[in-house]
Amino acid sequence: MINRLIEPTTGSIEIDGVDVTTMAAQALRRGIGYVIQQVGLFPHRSIATNIATVPKMLKWDKQRTHERVVEMTELVGLDPEMLDRYPDELSGGQQQRVGVARALAADPPVLLMDEPFGAVDPIVRGRLQDELLDLQNKVRKTIVLVTHDVDEALRVADRIALLNVGGVLEQYDAPDEIMRSPANQFVEQFVGEDRGLRRLGLNLVSSLPYHRGPVVPIDAPPDEGLKAAEQEGVAWVGVLDGDRFAGWASVDDVRAHDRLRDAPRTQPAAHVGPDNTLRTAMEQIMSSNTSVAVIDDGGAFAGVVTLEDIRAALSASPSSNGVQ
Amino acid sequence: MIAEARNPIIRWEWVVDEWDQIRAAITEHLTLTVLAMLLGIVVSAVLAAVALRFRWTMTPITATTSLIYTLPSVALFALLAPVFGNLALTTAVIPLAGYTLLILVTNTVAGFQAVPKSVRDAADGMGLTPTRRVLSVELPLAMPYIMTGVRIATVSTVGLVTVAAIIGQGGLGRLIFNGLSRAFWTPMTVGAGLSIILALTLDAILLGIAALVTPWTRRKAAT
Repeated sequence: MINRLIEPTTGSIEIDGVDVTTMAAQALRRGIGYVIQQVGLFPHRSIATNIATVPKMLKWDKQRTHERVVEMTELVGLDPEMLDRYPDELSGGQQQRVGVARALAADPPVLLMDEPFGAVDPIVRGRLQDELLDLQNKVRKTIVLVTHDVDEALRVADRIALLNVGGVLEQYDAPDEIMRSPANQFVEQFVGEDRGLRRLGLNLVSSLPYHRGPVVPIDAPPDEGLKAAEQEGVAWVGVLDGDRFAGWASVDDVRAHDRLRDAPRTQPAAHVGPDNTLRTAMEQIMSSNTSVAVIDDGGAFAGVVTLEDIRAALSASPSSNGVQ
Repeated sequence: MIAEARNPIIRWEWVVDEWDQIRAAITEHLTLTVLAMLLGIVVSAVLAAVALRFRWTMTPITATTSLIYTLPSVALFALLAPVFGNLALTTAVIPLAGYTLLILVTNTVAGFQAVPKSVRDAADGMGLTPTRRVLSVELPLAMPYIMTGVRIATVSTVGLVTVAAIIGQGGLGRLIFNGLSRAFWTPMTVGAGLSIILALTLDAILLGIAALVTPWTRRKAAT
């Protein structure tokens, strides 16, 4: 309906503030990238000509078209050697990439994807989804992607419009918000019973309020370390050497030494970065059998994460910093 | 024995003596075939377009072209002779073209119907106008089917042209009738033989053209 292959009966669809029904259908479609499940490459045209379809209609000159074709080929990760081949000589995954390259060739602001990964096996699908996210980071388009796969939607979307049979809009929200507070039973059923766990995969460590923990500089007096541990109610203290985390020392060891520097330290077992998901953080904490993970922001100590922090974050208001 | 000796399958002196007549017959045969095919292609293109655009016309169009196809050619030539005149080219070309329609229309329609829906959807979705979609996407993709139809129709037309000899046309057919009427083998052999060679040659040429206009179909086989 957005590209008027189906005419809307009521309501309006606007692109950059222009109602699509007021535009000439062909001109509108040339400005919208279109990717469908069966790809629909033109079998009688080479890969290069397929990608150049819309630029050719827009009457780009040869040089510009060719440069764009090569650029698109690289963008979607295709070997430029394939440009002279025909679609039937490519694998399904390669054809889908060509489909995306073709859709993006004229640099449309909007990309429509109708179940683009519906016809591939789950492993390839996962890879294509990752590639789509990478691609989106590079091209920054408005992508409208239709899917029946709720995991796919949760994984790739910034916002999800959940439609029931008959096109009834049940909820329109960020993925994390849909799982945190499903609008109704339909939505709840749709996202599944383990939505609490799924949310772990959608939120980043950087979305947590950073919590410094019982951490003191290495040249601080031992008493300061003991005080920090006491405040947190734990029996250990983190030692910071400059902005690097130097290890954990037990309260008993700190007491036994005059200088904090001399107390024996153990290296932290669990590390996470700000770009890791809460799922990774939790996994780190669980598998290392500690109760805390150190946040390492490019070598510098940024804070600590505890299971309690993760639990608190998931029950708090919606995060503004989820995975896109 | 004597009769056989005087009337062999082919008498080469006759071929040499009558070479001008033979050459004229080949030219006429070729002319009739080409004109009939061109007319057939034009008419079948229109019929196929109508059948594809208005699906309900498919059945009557197939029925009509089938009916034409079943008409005995001898009778049809004889019937049309008084209408257009015995020696007029039209008299031969129209029935000959008529016989090509069933094959050409059927193959053309099948060719367009074989275009994958996803390809048409993609073409529309990218903003091709309907005319452009038909001419630059659907027609090329239907080409293998259309060319197969053209090849079959051409070979059958070359054979059918000989029948037009009953109205004083017919190219190589006249040689055959000439021989038949005199119980003289040589013109029949030459007429029939050249007719076969002509059919095979045209078929080979069309096969070459088909390969040239559908390069992607060859590449597929290579992989």
